[in-house]
Amino acid sequence: MISAWLKKNLFRSTGDSILTVVAGGLLGYAAFRMLRFVFVTGRWTVIKVNLNLLITGAWPQEELWRLTTVILALAAMAGLFMGLAAKQTALEAADDDDVEPMTAGERARSLVGRLWPAAGTVLLLLLLTETAGPWLLVAGVIVVSAVGWFVGKQLPLKAKGALTGGGVVLFAVLIWFLTLGVSWNSWGGMVLNLFLAAISIVLCFPFGVVLALGRRSEYPIVRGICTAYVELFRGVPLLGLLLMANVALGFFIPRGLVPGNVVKAIVVFTLFSAAYVAEIVRGGLQSVPRGQLEAGRAMGMSPITVTRKIILPQALRNVIPSLVGQFISLFKDTTLAGAALGMTDLLTGGQVLTAQKEFRGQGLIAETLIFVLLLFWAGSFTMSQESQRLESRLGIGER
Amino acid sequence: MVAAHHRKWIGDRMTQTTTDQADQRIAKMTDKPPFWRDVRKLSWGFQIAVLSIVLFVLYILYNNVRVNSQNLGIPINFDFLGQPSGFTIPANPLRETQAVKHAFVQGYLNTLRVAVVGLLLSTILGIAVGIGRLSGNWLIRNLTRIYVEIIRNIPLLGIVMFSYLALVLSVLPKTEDSWSLGALFLGNNRGMTVPWITGSMPLFLGLVLVAGIIAWAVRTWRQKTSERTGEPGREMLWSVPIFLLIVFWGAVILGNGLTTPSLEGRKVEGGMTMQPEYFALLVALVLYTASHIGEIVRGSIQAVPKGQNEAASALALSSWQRMRHIVLPQALRVAVPSLGNQYLNLVKNSSLGFVISYFELVKVTSTTIGNRSPAVPAYMLMMCLYLATSLVVSALVNYANRRMQVAS
Repeated sequence: MISAWLKKNLFRSTGDSILTVVAGGLLGYAAFRMLRFVFVTGRWTVIKVNLNLLITGAWPQEELWRLTTVILALAAMAGLFMGLAAKQTALEAADDDDVEPMTAGERARSLVGRLWPAAGTVLLLLLLTETAGPWLLVAGVIVVSAVGWFVGKQLPLKAKGALTGGGVVLFAVLIWFLTLGVSWNSWGGMVLNLFLAAISIVLCFPFGVVLALGRRSEYPIVRGICTAYVELFRGVPLLGLLLMANVALGFFIPRGLVPGNVVKAIVVFTLFSAAYVAEIVRGGLQSVPRGQLEAGRAMGMSPITVTRKIILPQALRNVIPSLVGQFISLFKDTTLAGAALGMTDLLTGGQVLTAQKEFRGQGLIAETLIFVLLLFWAGSFTMSQESQRLESRLGIGER
Repeated sequence: MVAAHHRKWIGDRMTQTTTDQADQRIAKMTDKPPFWRDVRKLSWGFQIAVLSIVLFVLYILYNNVRVNSQNLGIPINFDFLGQPSGFTIPANPLRETQAVKHAFVQGYLNTLRVAVVGLLLSTILGIAVGIGRLSGNWLIRNLTRIYVEIIRNIPLLGIVMFSYLALVLSVLPKTEDSWSLGALFLGNNRGMTVPWITGSMPLFLGLVLVAGIIAWAVRTWRQKTSERTGEPGREMLWSVPIFLLIVFWGAVILGNGLTTPSLEGRKVEGGMTMQPEYFALLVALVLYTASHIGEIVRGSIQAVPKGQNEAASALALSSWQRMRHIVLPQALRVAVPSLGNQYLNLVKNSSLGFVISYFELVKVTSTTIGNRSPAVPAYMLMMCLYLATSLVVSALVNYANRRMQVAS
C-alpha cells in the first residue's frame, strides 16, 4: 500500500527519483535550519517585549478600552453578516436538491481547514502575551460574533441592504470614536495597516465602479477621461505616488490645508486602487451578455436602472475573486506607507525594534521580520483561501 | 393622416380633454423636442459639463502649484536638469559635478537593469514553478505549492527588506571569507561577482545578435529539410554549436575577452560585481514575480484541453516532448496578456529598491529633490518615465499577443 503510493507519487522513473531525492534533501536541510532557528538559535525576547508596540503601535494603555470596544463591535457586525449569509446558503441548498447539507463533523473539519493559519497565529500571539486581557478579548470576540451569528440567522433576508449601509455607517462612527482617544496620525503597528486597508477598500470600491462604468460609457469624452485616469494610475509605481504625496502634495493644495500622513496615505491608496478595481470591474461588465442590457431596456427600464439592477449585480458577482485579490494586495501594500511616509506600521515598526537600546547591534532583524511577515501571511492567506472557497461556491467559470 | 388618427385615439381615451387640447399635445409630440429632452444635446451637455469639471480641477491644482511655488521661491520648470547633481551613486561613474539629467539617466538605467534581468529570471523560474505545481511528483507538487502560497501572501516590501537586511547583509560573509565557486562566482556582503565580458559591450551584443540570427536561420533550414525528407532534423545539434562558434571566434576577432573573479587578499579582482542592494532587490523581485507567473502558467496549462496531452501521449512523445512541443506553446499563448501584466508590475515594483538605497529611478529622484531640485517637476519627470516604460512594455506585449493568437 505505502510502497505503491511511493512508487506512484515519488519514484515513477529514474528522473523522477533523482528529483525526489534532490528536492527531499534540500527540503530536509531547509526544514532543519528553519526548526533550529525557531526553537534553538532564534532570540524571540525582542518580540515578546515589544508585542504591544507591534500590534497597536504607541497606543496609550488608558485608551485601550476604545480599541477593545471597536473590535467587539466589528466582531458583532461580522457575526450578523455571516449569520445572514448562512441563512441564505441554507435556503438555497433547500431549493437545490443536488446539494447535500453538511454534517456537523464536515463543517468542523472545513472550519479548521480554512481557518488554521489565522487561528494558529492568534494562538501564538496569545501565548506570547503575559496578561489576561488579550485572552479575555479573544473570548469576547468569539462570544459576541456567535451571538451576532444567531441574531443574523433570525433576520429576514431583505435586511442585507440595510445591514450593509449600517455597517459602513458604524465603521465611520467607530473610527471617529477611536480618534477621540488617539489622533490617527499617531497610530501604528498592525492596527494602522488594518485601518488603512479597510478604509481605502471602502473608499476605492465605489470610485472604481464609477470609473469602470465611465470607461464603458457611450459618451466619448467621459470614456476618454476615465481611460486616461486608469492608465495613468496603473502606469506608475505606488511607492512613487506615496513619496510624491509626502513631498509634493503640499504644492497642489492651498497652504494650511495640507493633511496629515494618514490622510495622505488613504488618498493615495484610494486613487491608486480605484484604477485597478476599475479594470477588474470592467472585465466583469464585459462578461455580462449584451442581451441582458437589451432585455432590460425592452422592459422599459431606464439605462441607470438596468445598470444598477441587472448589469452590475451580475458583473460584480463574476469578479468577486479578483476583487478580493486586489484588496489583499492593497492590504500588503499598506506597508509602503511606512517606508514612504515614515509611519511606524507593522513592517517599519518591526524594523525599528532592532534599533532599541537593549536590542541594538545584535542582528535581530531576521527574528522580527519573520514574525511580522508571519502576521501578514496569516491575514492574506486566510483571505485568499476564503475567496477561493467563495469562487467554487458561486460556481464561477463552471457554467 | 397619422395626426388625425392620434387625435381620434387620444380624444376617445380622454373624455375630459377637448379636441383643442389634444391638438396641442400632438403638436408637442411631432415637433422637435425642447433641448432639455433632446437625448443628443443632453449627452453633449453632460459630457461638456464633465470635461469642464475635470479641466477646472486640473486648473486649480496647477494654479495652486504656481502660487505655492512662487511663495516659496521655487521655480516650476525643468532648468534643474542642467544643474550639478551633487551626489554619487555607488559603483557608478556618475560624478557630483555632472548634471541632474545624467543622474536621471543612470537611475533609469538601474531600473532597467534590475527589471530586464528580473524579467528573464522570473519567467524561467515561474514556468518551472507552474509546471512543478502540476507535476506527478508529490514532493515537487507540494514544495512548489508551499513556495507560491508563502511568497504570494506576504508584502513585497517585506521580502525586499528580508533579502537585504536578513540575508545579504547578515548571512553573507566578509570579503576575506567569500563564498566561492572557483572562477565562476564569488559572494560576500560587498557584492556578488561573476565572470564577465571585457572589451566593447555594444560590439559584443551585436555579435550575439548576429550569431543568434544565423543560428535561427540554420535551425529553420534544418526543420524545413526534415519536413521535406522525413529525416530527423537535429536542429539543436546544428544550431547550438554554430552559435557558440560564431560568438567565440567573433569575440576573439573583436577583441572581447573574459574576466573571472578572484580573491586577492581583502579585495575581489576581475569579473563583474553586482552591488549587494542590486542583488537583494533582484532576488526579492524574482522570487515574488515568479510566484505570480507560476500561478499564471499553471492556469494556462490547465486551460489546454486534456485531449492534447493524451493525443501526444498516444503518439509516444516523452513527457518532456509533450510539455515542450504540445502543451507549453498552447498554454503560453493563453498566458501572454497576464504575463505582460506581471512584467509591468515588475518594472513598477523595482521602485522598492528605494527602501534599500538601490539607486533606481525613485531613489535618484528623491535624492535630487533632497539636493534642492524642485519637487513637483522632478516627480512629474519620474512619473512620465515610468508611464512611458509601461506603455512601451504593454505595446510589446500586445504585439506579442497578436502574433501568437491563432488566426481565426
